[in-house]
Amino acid sequence: MLIALKNICKGFAGVEVLKNVSLSIASGEIRCLAGENGCGKSTLIKILSGVYTPDAGSIALGGREYRALRPIDAIRGGVQVIYQDFSLFPNLTVAENLALNTQVSKGKTFVDWKEMRTTASESLEEIGVSIDLKKLVGDLSVADKQIVAIARALLHNARLIVMDEPTTALTQKEVGALFSIIKKLKEAGISILFVSHKMREMLDISEKITIMRNGAIVSEGEIEKYDARAITYHMTGHSIDEVRFEGAATEGDVPLLRVEKLGKSGVFKDISFSLRAGEILGVTGLLGCGRTELALSLFGREPADTGRIFRDGKEVVVGSVQDAMARNIAYVPEDRLTEGLFLAQSITRNLFSATYDRFTNAAGILDTSTIRSEASEMLRGFDIATPNSNNPVRSLSGGNQQRVVLARWMSTKACILVLNGPTVGVDVGSKFEIHKKLREIARSGVAIMLFSDDLQELISNCNRILVMHKGSIVCELGGASLQENDIIDCLRRLS
Amino acid sequence: MGKLLKRNEFILFCILLLFACFVGFVNTGFWSPLNIFSLLKSSVVMGIFAIGTLMVILSGGIDISFPAFSVFSFYITVKYLVAIKYQGTILLPFVLAVFIGMSLGLVNAFLISKFRLAPLIVTLGTGSAVTGFLRAFVGTGIIPNLPSSMVAFSRMNILNTALPDGSIASLSVSIFLFLGLAVGAAFFLKYTTLGRGIYAFGGDPVAALRVGFNPIKIQCFVYGMAGALAGAAGIVHSSLIRQANPRDLEGFEMEIIASVVLGGASLTGGKGTVLGTVLGVFILVLIKSSLILVGIPSDWQKVVVGAVLITATVATAYRMKRHA
Repeated sequence: MLIALKNICKGFAGVEVLKNVSLSIASGEIRCLAGENGCGKSTLIKILSGVYTPDAGSIALGGREYRALRPIDAIRGGVQVIYQDFSLFPNLTVAENLALNTQVSKGKTFVDWKEMRTTASESLEEIGVSIDLKKLVGDLSVADKQIVAIARALLHNARLIVMDEPTTALTQKEVGALFSIIKKLKEAGISILFVSHKMREMLDISEKITIMRNGAIVSEGEIEKYDARAITYHMTGHSIDEVRFEGAATEGDVPLLRVEKLGKSGVFKDISFSLRAGEILGVTGLLGCGRTELALSLFGREPADTGRIFRDGKEVVVGSVQDAMARNIAYVPEDRLTEGLFLAQSITRNLFSATYDRFTNAAGILDTSTIRSEASEMLRGFDIATPNSNNPVRSLSGGNQQRVVLARWMSTKACILVLNGPTVGVDVGSKFEIHKKLREIARSGVAIMLFSDDLQELISNCNRILVMHKGSIVCELGGASLQENDIIDCLRRLS
Repeated sequence: MGKLLKRNEFILFCILLLFACFVGFVNTGFWSPLNIFSLLKSSVVMGIFAIGTLMVILSGGIDISFPAFSVFSFYITVKYLVAIKYQGTILLPFVLAVFIGMSLGLVNAFLISKFRLAPLIVTLGTGSAVTGFLRAFVGTGIIPNLPSSMVAFSRMNILNTALPDGSIASLSVSIFLFLGLAVGAAFFLKYTTLGRGIYAFGGDPVAALRVGFNPIKIQCFVYGMAGALAGAAGIVHSSLIRQANPRDLEGFEMEIIASVVLGGASLTGGKGTVLGTVLGVFILVLIKSSLILVGIPSDWQKVVVGAVLITATVATAYRMKRHA
């Protein structure tokens, strides 16, 4: 065994986060760690890397047994964590990002640039990729940044690399490239602990899987013995069967939204579609196909240059967010953390930030008692779990945060809801809840546009799916017999 | 070659040259050695300040207390040396002022790193407090008779060129102090681990900590260095004008920050070079003095400095946006 955790317990302020957890990883093993948000995964990783000291239990690493593993012991034992933000320096070159660490740990006063470049290029060669060493890391793509982070971990004689949701921002092709690097590392005897929310990836890459729930390991074994349903069952504690959404789109009526030959130079062109009440219309395509830009233009954030938009059959101009809101169009952004929420502000304030006008009297003073009662109603309606709606939104889990955004936009009395990647980074259970809510909203007569990468999500929730490529809609898929592979085939034909 | 053309320093150099040609065209007196030497001399104090400010800005911080620290350092040093009738070399004034400046800078560093306060607020506070303390407890009078070594320092010249009218134009040695410090700083930033640490810390403080840099050490260094250089610049300033005036250098922080930003440093930290800063200082000095040469009232200088600061910041922001 490379590393073995035995009977680890850890609590914070009286709350037990890890209960008697034992985990051992062999050399050259690819292990997947699965579990919903808040199940104790991140705490476990921090114990592995020595950031937290367990309250009870022991850690065996590199033939030594530790009661309290310090970060430096973990690094010396070959444990390297690749954080979600990669922990790289955007303002420095690739070479320096790779080699600076070595220079610092050698305790050098003067920097040897030649040595840095050699170290850097060797480390990239080791995983068989070439990136311009003189480029600034800030100018690299997410995938390249990740490769730099992996190469840097290798420079520390890594024996176990922990990757925290490494594929969140990668395109399908890049995920493939990452997986081949992981396989190469495995051949070199390096173990990988892979944390992910994406079912398909867990099944594709890992050899063994460990599933956690509520601070304990509930299931562990060879990946062959698991399928998506079993993993979901262990993660959530109950089985989730998502049936397909049978849309109630009404034919014949005037569509709520009709778009004709919408275009924005260099981004998308000739986009035409119509959207009816009660319908969920999916839009997908590879990263960079223009779908995010299309979503933003419908919400007036970055208006289109050409084409026409019809709302209830009448032509309208959507030149700004205010225009879109006046036409009852709402938008839930992809990155809820930076675009959708005021993280440090209270849940209540976040809920009403788009609708404060409704609660002000003639003198412009807010009616706080109405706000309070409506807030608790919304928390109930959207199943947002919190002890107090005055807590900052930051204190909520990802799924709950996403529901706050959704609740806010529904309170604007939106008729058209544009959702961009609504479940990115949300765990299975919350995802299911969000889907349920979306269907409910659609059934109430709202038209929804769902922009997503998650093919399973699209298939089970959308009436029709538009596939975009290089700024144009290339095909429309739909029907009860549609399978995930149909979309994959369609995408593959394009690239 | 294409890379050279894209470099910020090259663009700055071209701006400097174009500007000089323009002013030289309007007023032929511009190219006289007298004027060039005087321009170089007036960039010395600004330049020394700017090197300290660059390091602070590279680390992702900001320092607006240094003019106050500078005045505090040189005024107390001069007052003390005059009181003891000091007759020694120029070394002691520098050592004293640098020590005082550095100590004050370390106070900034302590407050910023220990209590994680915003550098802008801390340095606004310490700068104001130090100025008030100086005027209340040390004095407000101008000291007109400096120690002899400081006067001698201001008279140390090289390159004495005789002009047609018989007068002599000469270059102050203080320019070498500035250029020497600039070369030292450039070497330090590029070739020492601590220097690279300043860039790393300015780029991403959390990542710098994970790589193994000591953030407290880095902040102590940059604010201490900014204070120390402010002390040194104070002695040079006081020597060159041959008096110690506690009301000098007020509002100087704006000009210095403007020239550092003009030199391509990013106020978000992690980006900037010493060469760029030196060029930025030269351009700002040139702009200021040529306003007088081409006959624009000196009140307009503040307007121009403000405009330069904003233009330079916009240009950096625009370049970064295009980069991304």
